[in-house]
Parts: sequence; structure tokens; C-alpha cells
Amino acid sequence: MAFFALKNVTKSFGGLVAVKTVSYEVQPGQIAAMIGPNGAGKSTAFNLVTGLYVPTSGEIEFNGQSIGGKKPDFVCKLGIARTFQNIRLFAFMTAVENVMAGRHVRMGAMLWDSLLHTPKQRAEERHVREKAMELLRFVKLERHADDYAHNLPYGFQRRLEIARALASDPTLLLLDEPAAGMNPREKEDLMELIRAIRDRGTTVFLIEHDMGLVMNISERIAVLDHGEKIAEGTPAEIRADSRVIEAYLGKSA
Amino acid sequence: MLHWKKYRPIDWALVAIAVFMPFLPLVDHNGGHINVLVNAGIYMMLAIGLNIVVGFAGLLDLGYAAFFAIGSYTYAMVASPQFGLHFSFWPMVLISAFVAAIFGVILGAPTLRLRGDYLAIVTLGFGEIVPQTFLNLAKYTGGPNGISAIDQPKLFGYHFGLNPLPYYYLVLVLIAFSLIVANNLRTSRLGRAWMAIREDEIAAAHMGINTTTAKLAAFSLGASFSGLSGVVNASLLTLVSPDQFKFNVSITVLSMLVLGGMGSLPGVVVGSALLSILNFFILPQASNLAATVGLHIDFTSYRFMLYGIILVAVMLFKPEGLWGSEQRRAELKESDITKAENAEYEEMPRETV
Amino acid sequence: MELFIQQVINGLSLGGIYALIALGYTMVYGIIELINFAHGDVYTLGSFFSIAIIGLLDASGRLHGVPLLLVLAVALAGSMILCGIVGVLLERLAYRRLRNAPRLAPLITAIGASFILENIMQLWRGPSPIPFPSVVPNVTWHFGGVNLSSNEVLVVVMALFLMAVLQIFIYNTRLGKAMRATAQDRDAAQLMGININMTIALTFFIGSALAGVGGFVSGIYYGSTWFYNGFEAGLKAFTAAVLGGIGNVAGAMLGGFVIGMVESLTAGFISDQWATVAVFLLLVLVLIFRPSGLLGEVLPDKV
Repeated sequence: MAFFALKNVTKSFGGLVAVKTVSYEVQPGQIAAMIGPNGAGKSTAFNLVTGLYVPTSGEIEFNGQSIGGKKPDFVCKLGIARTFQNIRLFAFMTAVENVMAGRHVRMGAMLWDSLLHTPKQRAEERHVREKAMELLRFVKLERHADDYAHNLPYGFQRRLEIARALASDPTLLLLDEPAAGMNPREKEDLMELIRAIRDRGTTVFLIEHDMGLVMNISERIAVLDHGEKIAEGTPAEIRADSRVIEAYLGKSA
Repeated sequence: MLHWKKYRPIDWALVAIAVFMPFLPLVDHNGGHINVLVNAGIYMMLAIGLNIVVGFAGLLDLGYAAFFAIGSYTYAMVASPQFGLHFSFWPMVLISAFVAAIFGVILGAPTLRLRGDYLAIVTLGFGEIVPQTFLNLAKYTGGPNGISAIDQPKLFGYHFGLNPLPYYYLVLVLIAFSLIVANNLRTSRLGRAWMAIREDEIAAAHMGINTTTAKLAAFSLGASFSGLSGVVNASLLTLVSPDQFKFNVSITVLSMLVLGGMGSLPGVVVGSALLSILNFFILPQASNLAATVGLHIDFTSYRFMLYGIILVAVMLFKPEGLWGSEQRRAELKESDITKAENAEYEEMPRETV
Repeated sequence: MELFIQQVINGLSLGGIYALIALGYTMVYGIIELINFAHGDVYTLGSFFSIAIIGLLDASGRLHGVPLLLVLAVALAGSMILCGIVGVLLERLAYRRLRNAPRLAPLITAIGASFILENIMQLWRGPSPIPFPSVVPNVTWHFGGVNLSSNEVLVVVMALFLMAVLQIFIYNTRLGKAMRATAQDRDAAQLMGININMTIALTFFIGSALAGVGGFVSGIYYGSTWFYNGFEAGLKAFTAAVLGGIGNVAGAMLGGFVIGMVESLTAGFISDQWATVAVFLLLVLVLIFRPSGLLGEVLPDKV
């Protein structure tokens, strides 16, 4: 059984087939990527993994379990966390509260504990706050812990979203166009951050259309076009693939 | 963490008033006043409970009075000549709250998946069904006359009777308890989950928050506060009847929240206190005053005009209420996530819907 | 069997009134996704306006000189226009500022607006029921044990006729097209040069004018009204709109008739007391099990 695999996954909306029999496998410890032009079906693929959409057919496997069609909170509990293409932070919560909310699924406080603030609950809250601060340090936002998320600059918001996702101790982190809207300097930092995440033991799977970034950090790449996987391989193989050049590079470069 | 500097003089004034409240009966011996304060206190408890649902979790519950009715009738049926049962008041406080919570789960479990505005209407429908059902099941509930001669509490042999003073202290204790519990909830794992759901339900689900369970918890906790208030209300009035639990009760409580600031505990206290003062003192006085100059207008029958104006004006000009934060203002003014962005993730037909 | 047919007839005329109100709910929800809570009160206002206008014509002694049909036409038109204006004012004053706010906010102002309208009506004509001038001769036909009155026919014909007109308007006119475009994607419609504010105001005008018709015919049908009439009627009409598939004109009509039927059959075969409960129970069940409504998927077009 694979660590994480899409197996012949298809998703159609009415008559439109957004993802067509796509198969792709990610090995633990990898930085893997899926690329493709706008509308190629990348985000749909992510949404299928995290349970926002139910696959029309095919299987999604994670740690030997079939997760296709499972609800988002269940998928998160199993160890998959994600960020969103158009940042979806809890805008009116502080940075540290956002990260603490991300820890929700690993916390044990029950209704009773929340009602009465039992010693167990208080100890857990303290611990989770420390853990959240540690993650904020990891993404270099510790100085903004008490700032409201919607007051943070764009690049910071992206990093905060990553910290929030990491708070659930995922073994697989999905990054949905993490470099969108970033300047070259920020992209450098981002690549460094992604590598650091992998080095902590979290497998990273990202979708992007910034080719430079993807080629630079990914070990394995799948290329999607019109919902179909047209190529898969190492960055070098992808660069040399004629179909990819035609479908993607040819147009955008 | 306490940031003393953040407190304004008006905050201190609020604290001072709260501290003074237990000593008020020493100064004011007017039983009528105390009675009014007890009624106001019951509304404050209702408001604290509804705030959990509307303010914390962002679910508009327009049928909140239904749970008040359920709590009241639960106690009335087992502590009155209706069935010849005379259960003790104190355990019934907890039991009625629990019964109301169960009805909260029964209504909430199938409906909490609905979008917010549909949920509001379902709860409104439920709020209409419940008193109508109590009216129709005359065999058990006394129909339009309701149930009367309801038992009053006894504490260590002391009989509450018709004196409002013991009720005053009972309600004061219950309000303090409710505020502590509500504040605990706000600053806990569950409270954070509610806030996250209110801000962005899809993102919250991706943090592993089971949004249905969390909403259900808010809904039934709110219902239990309402049920608890119902028991106190029933024993105070010694009478329950279906017309005590109409839509206007739900709206009165909602107006209190909106006025004070949805989600803010001091706001709820201030909002409910202000509206009660308006209801029980200002409007009747204004009617009396008008009568002395020959004008015969019963201002109290137009109180809902005022509630309507409060709801519209506050939402338009000060959506955070009198006591809400700037953050809350921004939150209620404009959602960060546009509809188009949400539509991208909205795929309604999960198998369950 | 006779009871059944009689209750079906009653249900259809009740349903015609609900349908007229439901059209306004469904149009407004279709275009700005707001449950216009005050809509039921606009309907009651329609009865109030009709009563006032007929009273005015009557009081000045002109009723006997003027043909009855003309009086009724003036009352109907007046009620439609005045209700339309109230609807537009509601949108402008209470809802427009909150168009981009979280959904809860405009819903709360709508509830507030509803209470304000009710109290204005209470101030205007007091809290007791107000008789509708009995100027329309009501002819009753007997078929065996079943009665059919001209008023019942009037309600149903009026509702069906207006729905047909509305359908034609929405699908065959430029303004109708603008409404559909705005309902589907407000931003895109704006880019196409559609005046969004105008279109939304127009939607409110038409929806409210239809409620005005509802108020007029219900006045004739019931013979009286009171300031709080719109609360329950509005809630039932909203149920009809959801049942039919919100945003769907034909659905609102269908939903209206179904709700009318459920109410009158419950009243006829179980008991009067449970009729309202049955309707609200249906509301709860529909929202739980089929929130897209009866016609929600067949005709997905909004407005």
C-alpha cells in the first residue's frame, strides 16, 4: 500500500470533466508537485484529496486507507493538512489563535473541560499556546503573534497559513499555489521554508504554476492539462518532455 | 492575561454596578422593583445563552423561546397539581436544562448542515410549532390556560413563596454562574472552534474541526441555558401558558444581543440591562406621563417598534453593538471571503444533502 | 369525498394567496440571497392600502357614481404601486448597505424592518382586525355538497395570470434578462453594463407589487385583515418558495398551492389547530431533506 496515491481519479461536474483518470503517487519524505496551466484541474485534485469534493470514480489512498469522499475534518485527523490558493485564514483571530485553531484536531479537551476549565484543560491550553508560538517562530512570525490575521501583509499571511496547517502535525502537507503573488525574494524564502518542512519529516505535495519554483525544489512532478495527466517524472524529465513543452511551456514562456 | 490599561472608566463603572447588585435590596425595599429586576435577570440569562449560539458560533436561532417553553413546561408538569407530582426544584433546574439541550440536539442534528439563513427560518418554524403544540395538547398541558399553581423552590426549609427577594439572589447567582461558564467556553478549544467556523467554515473543517458537532454543541448548550431560565420563570410566575413563548420573546432576546454586541459578554449584559430598563421602567413611565397630559398612548405596546429600529440601526451603523470590539465591527461589515471565492469550493451535493 | 373536494378548493385559493407572496420571496432571494423577512408585512400593507383607497373613494361618495370595476382597478393599482415603493425603500434604506456583509447582518435588519412595518400599521389602524369593505359581490355556486365562490376563482385566476406575466417578463424582456444575469453573477453583470442597483430595485418593486396584489385579493377573500397578518402568511409563503425551489418562479407558484393544500386538508381532516403546525413541519422537513425544493434542479435558472 502506498503512503499517498491517486488511483484513476475522475471528477466531473455535470458535463464538465475537471479531473480525468489521474493517477499519481507520492513517496514519504518527498517534495512532490503537480503543475499545469490554469484550469487544468490541479485545485480540483486537492479538493478531492481533502474531502471538499467527492470523486466521481477512482480511489485516493493515504497510509493504506481509502480517503476518497471522506469529510475534511476526518482527512485532517488522518494527517493531511493544507493551505488554500486564496488564503483562508481566520481573519479576525490573532496569528497565534489561528495556529492554535489549527491544533484543534490533536487536542483532547471535551465539552466538560471547556465548560469548567479543568486543570487538564488549562495545562493543554498552555501547551498548545507554546507549540503555536514555536510554529510561529519556525515561519518567522513570532513578533506578530498577537496581530490579527487580516492585518498581516500578504506574504506573512501565506506563511501563517502554513504554520496553521503544520499545527495539526500532518505527515502530508498540501500547498495550493504557495508562491502566488510573491516577489522573487519571498519565493526564495518560501523554498527554504518548504525544504525545512520536509526536513522536519513532513511530506510536501504542492501545486503551482510557477515553473521556476517547482523545478527548483520538487523531486517528482506530475503535469496536468485539461484534467488529464500528460507527464510525470523528475524535473529534468519534465523539462525534456515534448508534450509538456507543447501544452504548458510553449504557451506561457 | 490581564491588561489593566485596556480598561476604560466605563468598564470600571460596569464592574462597580455588578458588585453593587447584591447589596441593592438593602437600599431599595420596594418589592415591585425587585420583582422587575428578577424578570430582567431572567432575560439576561436568556441573552447569555443565546449569545453562545448567535454570538460565539454565528448561528442565528430565531426559535430560542421554544427551549424556554420546553424548560418551563418540563418543570410545570412535574411540580404542580397538573399530574399531582411535586418534584423538588433544584434537581429539576438541571434536568430541565438537560431536556432543553436534548431538544436542541433533536432540532439541530438534521438542520445544522443548512446554510445560516435557512437555519434561521427552520428555528423560527420550530419556535412556532412548540407553543402551538403545547396549546393543542390540552390534555397534558392545560391548553390555552396552561398550568398553574406551580411549586416554588424551598431551600433548607425556607419557602421562596411570593417574596421576590430570594428569587433575586437566585437569579443573581445563576447569572454569575452563566457568565463564568460562557467565558470559559469562549476561551477554550470549543470556543476557538466556534470562532473559526464563524469566520470560515471550510477552513475550519480543514483544521479537523467537526463543524456539525461543534455547532450542535453551541445549539444545545444555548438551549440548556434557555431551559434553565424557563424553570426559574415557571416557579416565579407559578403559571405557564403557551402565549408566554411567542416569537416576540426570541426577538426581544435577539435585540438585547444586537444592541450590546453579539459575541461580547459585557455587551450582552449591557444590552439586556438597557432593554429591560426600557421595557420595565421607561415605557410604562412614558405612558403614565403621557396620560397625565391627557395623551392616552400605551407606549409599551409599541416596544417592538423600538426593537425593530434597534435591529436595523445597529446592523447598519454599529454592527458590533454598544460594547463590541473594532475587530467584530470589521468582521460584520464585510466578509473577507467573497462569494465568488466560496462558490469555488461549494459543491453542494455531498451524498448527505 | 365532498369534504375532500371542498378542502382542495379552499386549499387552492389559500395557495393562490401564498403563491403571490412567495413570488416576491423567491425573486429577492434569487437576486441577492436575502430572506426578505419584511415581505409578509408588505403583503399586509397591500390589504391596508386597498382598504384605504376604497374607503377614500367611498367616503367621498363617488363609489356609487363610479363603476365598481374601476374602483377596484384603482385600489389594486394603487396597492401595487404603494407596496412597490415600500419594497424599493426597504432595499434602499435597510439592505443595500449590507450587500457585502455576512448573510446574518441583512437578515437581522430584515427582521427589524418587519417589526417596524407591523408597528406602523398598528399605529395607523390600531391592533384590532379591520374589515375589508364588502364592495365585491361574492357569488357562490353549489355542486352537490361542494361550494365554489367567485372570490375563490378570482384568487386562483389572479395568481396564475400574474405568474404567467412574470414568466414572460423574466424570459422575454431586456429587463428580465438583466435580472437573470444579476442573479447569476452580479460582478459579471455589472461588467456587461447592467445597472445593478437599478435591477435589484426593480426586483424589489415587482416582488412587492405582487405582494400588493396578494394583499388586495386576500382582503376580498377573507373580508378582513390586521397588522400582524403578514407574519404567519409570510412564513408560509416563504415555505412555499423553498418548497418550490427558491429562485424559481414556477416553483413558487407550485409551492404556494401545495402549502395551501396541506393547510386546508390538515384543517379539514385532522383539526384546525394542527394546520399551522403541519405547514411549519413541512418547512422543517423540506429544508432538511430537499433544500433545493421540488423544481430546484429541473429549472436551475434563478430569479
